[in-house]
Amino acid sequence: MNIATPTKIQYEAIIGLETHCQLSTHTKIFCGCSTAFGTPPNTNICPVCMGMPGVLPVLNQTVLEYAVKAGLALNCHISLFSKFDRKQYFYPDLPKNYQISQYDLPIAENGWLEIELVDESGLNPVQKRVGITRLHMEEDAGKLVHAGSDRLAGSSYSLVDYNRTGVPLIEIVSEPDIRSGKEAAEYAQELQRIIRYLGVGDGNMQEGSLRCDVNISVRPIGQQKFGTKVEIKNMNSFSAIQRAIDYEIERQIQSIETNIPVIQETRLWDESNQCTMSMRRKEGSSDYRYFPEPDLTPIELSSGQLKNWQGDLPELPAQKRHRYVSSFGLSAYDARVLTEDRPMAEYFESVIAAGANPKQSANWIMGDITAHLKTTKQSISQLSINPSDLAELIHLIEANTISSKIAKEILPELLVHGGSPQSLIDQKGLTQISDTGLLMAAIDKVLTANPQELEQYRQGKTKLLGFFVGQVMKQTGGRADPKLTNQLLMHKLTD
Amino acid sequence: MLKPEEVRKVASLARLELTPDEEGQFATQLSDILTYIEQLNQLDTTDVLPTTRAIDGSNITREDHLTPYANPRLILQGAPEPEGEFFRVPKIGGE
Ligand SMILES: [Zn+2]
Repeated sequence: MNIATPTKIQYEAIIGLETHCQLSTHTKIFCGCSTAFGTPPNTNICPVCMGMPGVLPVLNQTVLEYAVKAGLALNCHISLFSKFDRKQYFYPDLPKNYQISQYDLPIAENGWLEIELVDESGLNPVQKRVGITRLHMEEDAGKLVHAGSDRLAGSSYSLVDYNRTGVPLIEIVSEPDIRSGKEAAEYAQELQRIIRYLGVGDGNMQEGSLRCDVNISVRPIGQQKFGTKVEIKNMNSFSAIQRAIDYEIERQIQSIETNIPVIQETRLWDESNQCTMSMRRKEGSSDYRYFPEPDLTPIELSSGQLKNWQGDLPELPAQKRHRYVSSFGLSAYDARVLTEDRPMAEYFESVIAAGANPKQSANWIMGDITAHLKTTKQSISQLSINPSDLAELIHLIEANTISSKIAKEILPELLVHGGSPQSLIDQKGLTQISDTGLLMAAIDKVLTANPQELEQYRQGKTKLLGFFVGQVMKQTGGRADPKLTNQLLMHKLTD
Repeated sequence: MLKPEEVRKVASLARLELTPDEEGQFATQLSDILTYIEQLNQLDTTDVLPTTRAIDGSNITREDHLTPYANPRLILQGAPEPEGEFFRVPKIGGE
C-alpha cells in the first residue's frame, strides 16, 4: 500500500507476522497433562512441565502430525530430519528458565499462503501469495494472572498459573511480504481458516489460541534499505491487527517526516486508546543461547509417512474458493462466505451433490438458513433440514411445483422439523396451480369482483396489474403460478 | 583469559550477582574450560556428523493420552511463595 503524504514522498510498509497457534491435542507437548482451557489454576501441571530436576520430556506424536499437516497445508518443505532446542530466558511464566523450541532445523520451511483481497463492494478479488519462512513446534508458557501490590513489604508481585505451560504451539513466521493492515488481517484470517479446516487447532483469538505479533518498518518507495523494524504485540482480533498496523504506519511516517528516529522496540496495541504504546525495554538482551535439547531425540520422517499425512489433508479454503468460482459460477463474494468454515462448505457441497443448482443453493444457505442459524445460535451441523431436503426444495421451485414464496413459507417448518419438502407440500395442499383452466376461473372471479379497478385499468392505469395478480394469489391461497398468472391476466386484460 | 565484561554479561544472562572477587575467580575457571574446548577443537572432525546427544535414536514419541499428575497441589506447596491456587513471583518490569 502506498501512503500519500503532504510532502509527496510516497512510503511503503514492510510487514511480517509471527503467529503462535495452539494445537488442539488432549495433552501437552511433552507430558500427559491436560490442555483443557479454563480449568482451575495450576491443576494441569506435573513435574515435567514444571521443570523439576531429573524428569524426561517425551514428544506427543499428535503434535508432530498436526505440525507436519499445517506445514503441508502451507505449501512448506517438510524437513525429514528435525530436532528440538532450548531457548534460554528468564521470565516467571517459564518454570524451566528455558523454552523447548526448534532453532536451526524447524519441521517446515519455505512455504506460502494465498490471501484474497476484495474491495468494499466485495468485488474485484485480487489474490496474493505471502511467503512462509518457517513453521516450528514449541511449548507455550504459563500465564501471569494478576498483578498485586504488597504494600506492607513495599514490593509488588505477580501470580502465575502454569496450566498453559507446555501446551503445544506451532509458530508460523511469514516473509516480509505484507504491505498493509488489511493484508495482514487477511493473512491471519486465512491462517485461522486453514488451522480450522485441518482440525489441528481452534484458532480462537479471544482465548489466545491464535496470537499474532507484527514486525513492521516503513521506507520511502524506491529506497533499498529497510527502515527500523518495530514489533507490535497484544492484538486479539483481526480488526485490531489491521488498526494497529495502520496506526503504526502513520506513526512511523510522522517520525520520519519530523526527523525523529524510529526506535527498534516492542510496542503494545492499546485497544481502549486505539494506539500503540512503547513497552518498557526488557532488561538484558535477547541472547537466547540456543542449544540442542539433550532430553529429546531427533525426529526423522519417512516419505511414506509424509504421503499418508498429505493424503489426509482436506480441500483447503483457497482451493474451494477457486473451485466455487470456476466450477459453480459463484461470485468471489459468495465463494468466500460459503468457504468461511468447513461445515458450511461441506453442507453446500452436499446440497449440490444432491443435484441442486449451485447459485440457488448458495442463495438459500447464505440467506434464510444463515439467518435461522444466527437467531437460533445453532451451527450448520445441528440443522434439521438436511442437504438432500434443501436440494429437493430447490428442485420443487425449479420444476414450478411450488413458488419461491411458498418455499419461504414452508421453510421455517423444515428448519425446525426437517423432512421432505415434497411430502410437506402434499400434506398441506400447497402445490402450485399451473392449470390454465383453474387459473382462468380464478382470474374471472377476481375481475368480476373488482369492476371498478377493471374499468380504471382499461382507462390506462396499467399498474393495477399487480393488484389483480395479488387478488388471484389471495384467491388461490398463494398457490397460483405467478408467471403464468401474469401472462393470463395480461392476455385477458388486453382482449 | 575472559575479560571482566564478558564474565559480567554471562552472569547477567544467568541472573547471577557476582562480587568483584567472584568475577576474577570465574574469569579464570571459565577460561580454563574454554581452553579445554580449544584443545578438543584441534581434532579433525571433517567427516564426523554433528551429534547433539550421547545416545543414538530418533522418533521416541508417546500417544496423546491423558495421564494427569496425581498431586499438582504438592508442586504448588513446594514453591517458595504459594498464594491460594497460584505461584507468587516477583513483579517483572514492564508488566
Ligand atoms: Zn505436565
